[in-house]
Amino acid sequence: MMNTLPASELLELFLRFLTLSLLSIGGAMSTAPEMHRYLVVERGWLGEADFTTAIALAQAAPGPNVLFVPVLGFQVAGLAGAAAALLGILLPSTLLSLGVSRWGATRRETPLVRAFTAGLAPVTVGLTFAAGWLLALPFIGDPTHRAGALGLIALTALVTLNTRLAPMWMIAVGAAAGALGLV
Amino acid sequence: MSAPAPASTSAAPGRPASPLALFIAFSLLALQGFGGVLAVAQRELVDRRGWLSRLEFVELYALAQLLPGPNVVNLSLMIGDRYFGLRGALAAISGMLLAPLLVVLALAASYQQLAQYPAVAGALRGMGAVAAGLILAMALKMLGTLRGNVLGPALCTALGLATLTAIAVFRVPLAWVVIGLGLSGWSLARWRIALRDAATARTKDVPHTTPPAPPAGRDPGTPG
Repeated sequence: MMNTLPASELLELFLRFLTLSLLSIGGAMSTAPEMHRYLVVERGWLGEADFTTAIALAQAAPGPNVLFVPVLGFQVAGLAGAAAALLGILLPSTLLSLGVSRWGATRRETPLVRAFTAGLAPVTVGLTFAAGWLLALPFIGDPTHRAGALGLIALTALVTLNTRLAPMWMIAVGAAAGALGLV
Repeated sequence: MSAPAPASTSAAPGRPASPLALFIAFSLLALQGFGGVLAVAQRELVDRRGWLSRLEFVELYALAQLLPGPNVVNLSLMIGDRYFGLRGALAAISGMLLAPLLVVLALAASYQQLAQYPAVAGALRGMGAVAAGLILAMALKMLGTLRGNVLGPALCTALGLATLTAIAVFRVPLAWVVIGLGLSGWSLARWRIALRDAATARTKDVPHTTPPAPPAGRDPGTPG
């Protein structure tokens, strides 16, 4: 499963991910189709199953979803591939974000920036509801564990809204319930 | 405007003590972020540590989302930069990425063996359900931050529902939704702010034409 690449191809991977970085509006996951085209179809470095596994692993593991990108790099070229992919996808967007956020912070009270934060707020709330819905959807669609999963989703939401309990404990309960086959 | 509880929406009560505190806080929250870090970040930074108010969180997140790059990485960068400049930004980003990166690479290296156990698959499902609950609760909490929005309740509802339907029902690519509806929201908000400022200017310019009643509450036209 672990391959290596000559340095020239590693550099090419890095450069390709650098350009993808500035296209990743709305999150790294929005560039997943393009990465699939590059790694699986164009270069043939990964199989279909490798690609899906990378995304599933990153979803299952803790941390930002962008970590599917270093997993892809790891599958292509081990640790060097992971570093090339992660640095490539992060460097340009991070520098741009730093610049824009500093620019915006000094102009916080101007009408343009106020309009920006006010106008984007309902879209952000809508996106968050959509993310919750899409995450819950597979559980709603699976009849065998539907009641348990919906109960767990509702319980988590209730506990979050009404207590200050750290999410870690809720995740531990979820993992235990799932391992016992309740969810 | 409509006087919500100011303590929960304006300034945040706390701040991180050092870049190291940022690094530790972001490592801990990233390691709790199964199925996405955003809800955990809101929980830890706003509800538990009080480094940001709910409104500040939503504003930073809106910006983080419109910029290219992973949203939570942009968010951690902005929060770190705000408190300790570049050092803080690096501390927050490394906290967000380093520990989870080690975990996910270890998982990737040992995946073939783990996948055989049904209990592992079940545990992953359970964690996924909890992740969904965390995000939904976060969305419900965010609703409150729209109360003082210059767009008003009708436009906020329309934009929010349009976003939800575009993503969840029609599966429109995220970039189009964020650019299209984001620009609409921005233009509408500019229009509403211009209307409001014009109204404020009018009341300031002609204060002596038949004052109908003593001003209730604060006077928006007071220079100062």
